[in-house]
Amino acid sequence: MAVDQPVPTAPAPSGDQSRIHDIGYRGYDGPRLGRAYARRSLYSQSLRGAYGLGRSAKSKVLPMLLFAVMCVPAAIMVAVAVTTKAHDLPVPYSRYAIIMQAVISLFVASQAPQSVSRDLRFKTVPLYFSRPIETADYVLAKFAALASALFILTGGPLIVLFVGSLLAKMGVAHQSEKFGQGLVTVALLSLLFAGIGLVIAAVTPRRGFGIAAVIAVMTISYGAVSTLQAIADSRDNSGSVPWIGLFSPVTLIDGVQSALLGGTSSFPGGVGPSTGEGFVYLIVVLGLIAASYGLLLRRYKKVGL
Amino acid sequence: MYDPTVARLTYRALLGRRRALVLGALPLLLIVISVAVRLLTGADDQVAADVLGGFALATMVPIIGVIAGTGAIGPEIDDGSVVYLLSKPLKRPTIIFTKLIVAVAVTMVFSALPTLIAGLILNGNGQQVAVAYTVAALVASIAYSALFLLLGTVSRHAVVFGLVYALVWEALFGSLVSGARTLSVQQWSLAVAHKVVGSNLITSDVGLPAATALLIVVTVAATWYAGQRLRALTLAGEE
Repeated sequence: MAVDQPVPTAPAPSGDQSRIHDIGYRGYDGPRLGRAYARRSLYSQSLRGAYGLGRSAKSKVLPMLLFAVMCVPAAIMVAVAVTTKAHDLPVPYSRYAIIMQAVISLFVASQAPQSVSRDLRFKTVPLYFSRPIETADYVLAKFAALASALFILTGGPLIVLFVGSLLAKMGVAHQSEKFGQGLVTVALLSLLFAGIGLVIAAVTPRRGFGIAAVIAVMTISYGAVSTLQAIADSRDNSGSVPWIGLFSPVTLIDGVQSALLGGTSSFPGGVGPSTGEGFVYLIVVLGLIAASYGLLLRRYKKVGL
Repeated sequence: MYDPTVARLTYRALLGRRRALVLGALPLLLIVISVAVRLLTGADDQVAADVLGGFALATMVPIIGVIAGTGAIGPEIDDGSVVYLLSKPLKRPTIIFTKLIVAVAVTMVFSALPTLIAGLILNGNGQQVAVAYTVAALVASIAYSALFLLLGTVSRHAVVFGLVYALVWEALFGSLVSGARTLSVQQWSLAVAHKVVGSNLITSDVGLPAATALLIVVTVAATWYAGQRLRALTLAGEE
């Protein structure tokens, strides 16, 4: 543009020499589907993307593999319980996800950056906001999609366990109650993990770096907290065990499910937080979910421009 | 075999901007934990060995290794800027070797050095625990870097596969299936640590001769094959 500055002495082109030709483009007068439709599309597209549906065959391998790894131990437990005619499942519903935390962390770490980092890297975020959706819609759709994907991942094996327990003729009422508590646990876990994963992934446009950062936060904090808990427990300092557990996502969920949802704890010594401490855990979990949603909103207020 | 310009570029890619922060956060956490443990329990050789073995060598070293090893080449292949490097009159194995040196150096600085400091904080190097784990971390740094650098040239999802190896194979399967422990960098480096400490405070499932041989074979083979991969690299589009 700067090169084509007209030389002052040259006569400016007069108005009647330039004209706009009508070459037959037509305006769109069909139905406009609106904001809710766009939000729903973004949600379903992100949810499918988390399992690699609608993407290349290579990107289906990892999420499907992780889903299979989640379900296989449940299927084995059910098979054992049915053949030995056991009266209860070897692992309670609400504790299953805690035992498989490494797999869940890997799923979040691989799929959260997949969901948001590439939009940042290729600068497609402003294109989303040129559609009728707002910042809050984008954040809500991505958050809900990843949380739903996690809920499918963690709820799937619970359904396997529940169906298996019915087949093995364990008490229906008791099993249904425990199954419901298990579903609440994994719902909380899905929201918490999705929130933390997305906040970290939304900071960096690099996918690989996002993966490493998410896994570092999830696994390292769990490793650190477990080490400290084990040491505190072995030193007869077990009063501090529940308070140390507040510092990693996995132990937070473990505390909530063992104190309030009738599960058994994986804390050293097998003693989870008391009911009062359980409410502190619950408040921290809900606070973290709300905080991660707020942080995402703030992040996308800036990026969207 | 070593090219200073490639090394400088790799250092900048690894430590530039926010990467250095994450790399620095993990060692910092280790040192904070060791201070907390020391205040909580006092100096104790067994606790020191537990913290260094369970947290430093089992979690921190592999994760730093994944970040440094794949980060040395992965992003360049990912965004296609590696063609500018490959079009220079440099042998491809030279590029790999230089990047390996840089990755090893970064992993050592960010994992072995904090291990030594943490060990000194925990029990003042009683029974040589701190030195033993530092040696193990140094040895593991070399093997992990070579292994994850190879992964970076083989797959676009190198970080994920590296983490799957480090967390699922070494930690999960290693604790369930004892056979998996023979094929783990962590156990090989523990064998070296066992030799240094000389007592049963640190144990390994692998004997020292086998561990040393496997470490050397894995490092050399991974570096050689990474060079071969880079010679035949095809750039794929963004999926």
